[in-house]
Amino acid sequence: MTDASDNMMEVKNVTKTFGDEWEQETVVENLSFSVKRNQLTAIVGPSGCGKSTVVNLLAGFERPDEGQILLNGKPVTGPSKSALVVFQETALMPWLTTYQNVTFGPKLRGDMAPDALKAAADKIIDTVGLREFRDKYPLQLSGGMQRRAELARALINQPLVMIMDEPFRGLDAMTRQLMQEFYLRLCEQESRTNVFVTSELEEAIILADSLIILSNRPTSVREFMQVDLQRPRNLEMLSSPEAYEYKRHAMEILHEEALKSFKGGAGNSDFLEAYSRQG
Amino acid sequence: MSNQSVGGVAPSGFRLMLLRSARALRTPMPYLAFIGIGLWLGIYFLFNEYWKLFPFYKIPGPVEVVTEWVSRDPIWGTSLFTEDYYRNIWVSCRRIGIAFALATGLGVPLGLFMGWSQKFKDYTFPVLETLRPIPILAWVPLAIVMFAGFETPIIYLATLASFFVTALNTMLGVESIDESYFRAAGCLGSKKHHVFFHVVVPGALPFIFTGLQISIGVAWFSLVAAEMISGDYGLGYMIMDSYMVNKYTTMVMAMLTLGFVGWTTSAMVRVAGNRMMQYRQKALGQGGV
Repeated sequence: MTDASDNMMEVKNVTKTFGDEWEQETVVENLSFSVKRNQLTAIVGPSGCGKSTVVNLLAGFERPDEGQILLNGKPVTGPSKSALVVFQETALMPWLTTYQNVTFGPKLRGDMAPDALKAAADKIIDTVGLREFRDKYPLQLSGGMQRRAELARALINQPLVMIMDEPFRGLDAMTRQLMQEFYLRLCEQESRTNVFVTSELEEAIILADSLIILSNRPTSVREFMQVDLQRPRNLEMLSSPEAYEYKRHAMEILHEEALKSFKGGAGNSDFLEAYSRQG
Repeated sequence: MSNQSVGGVAPSGFRLMLLRSARALRTPMPYLAFIGIGLWLGIYFLFNEYWKLFPFYKIPGPVEVVTEWVSRDPIWGTSLFTEDYYRNIWVSCRRIGIAFALATGLGVPLGLFMGWSQKFKDYTFPVLETLRPIPILAWVPLAIVMFAGFETPIIYLATLASFFVTALNTMLGVESIDESYFRAAGCLGSKKHHVFFHVVVPGALPFIFTGLQISIGVAWFSLVAAEMISGDYGLGYMIMDSYMVNKYTTMVMAMLTLGFVGWTTSAMVRVAGNRMMQYRQKALGQGGV
């Protein structure tokens, strides 16, 4: 399992600093991890730890100051269809219908024959259950539908890696659960490499093959966990003892990291104590 | 599903538009406009013609104006039945048409490039921001010195005023486009020119049309100002000319005509905008226009 070709993505000693020479903040420091081929790697971290920066680095929107990011053995030099991002907030073009949004990428690149593109788009729109909403505009879709349309728009490009940046954030609890189940099935049916960034631990555990826990700023890998829950999975498995054990362990680390952002601030020790006891 | 008709085939196109218009007529909405206009005309009549209040009595009231307007043999020489009236409207509309087309044709591309390229903005924005605050009336002497005749200076002034508004709104429109659309387009493999035509242009469209609505108003404003200062025909000239020779009835008639024509032109811009941004209409649950 240590063979390099097993890794779809490799992040090697990446450091990213923002600001000018007088005021700097190192957001990512010495970050190293790898993403296994055809697996789902979930990345969790306390809020504000720089998860979005990590996404931007993986997708090529930002370049590392130091270190290297390899995608399928080649360095990432900029955004491309090989590493597609599904964004936190929906980034569907509001002026295009579901179908037009899904075909946006291939159409502009011109790398698919029109007939093949139409067939592929219709199939993928079917897969995400939006056949009846094929010709609707994003603003006519519900939040869950928008996320599914966005998934379809990414899937049609057959990316090497799908990067999901808190894709279900902002959905109501019910829709979120449905989306998690849908996504779980989708991942289990197709073998694809996924990076799933989230702040929800349970979501990460139920979806992931491997789980990376980030430290507080400056971000680096705090813990790497292999999640060996059997597949196919369902959301009920979250209440199993194994899942609970993963959760407890991860929670402990996350808690510790989250508390760091309180220290050095107001330093209200009573509050800190109460907060720690709660966990 | 809420967006499908209940039973039978859903009407579409022209038939759907007719059905919706018929339903709209059964709501109080269209009649409120008539009541509003009626109230205004009533007050106008009472103040100017019936009670003859100071200072309103100096201006002809609605009955007098309308009588003159529809007269085959107008006392002051201009009515719906004289060629003169239409000539003035036509001349002003033609000038607006040319000015608006020029301002839009120059202002929209300029604004798009300014919003799209920081470098281009760095070159052009300071110049635009220096010239833009100069009131349009301050350009009048320059226009007269630069161009001979009546037509060119008037069109020049209307174009100028309208151009600034359009360029600025378009630029703001591009700047208002959410970064995530650019990122999505970027990772879907769009080239630079794709991004321009498939993200920048459609993304800025709502702002562009807001700008065009304002800019056509500004165009009318500067057109009339220019026509009043120097002109041979046009509604602005008609107002000034009838004022000079104390034909106040004709003056009010010209003002009201200007109101109607101006309203029509901004409605036309609005309709064009709605047609080009169907997605916004649909999202609001309305059908077209």
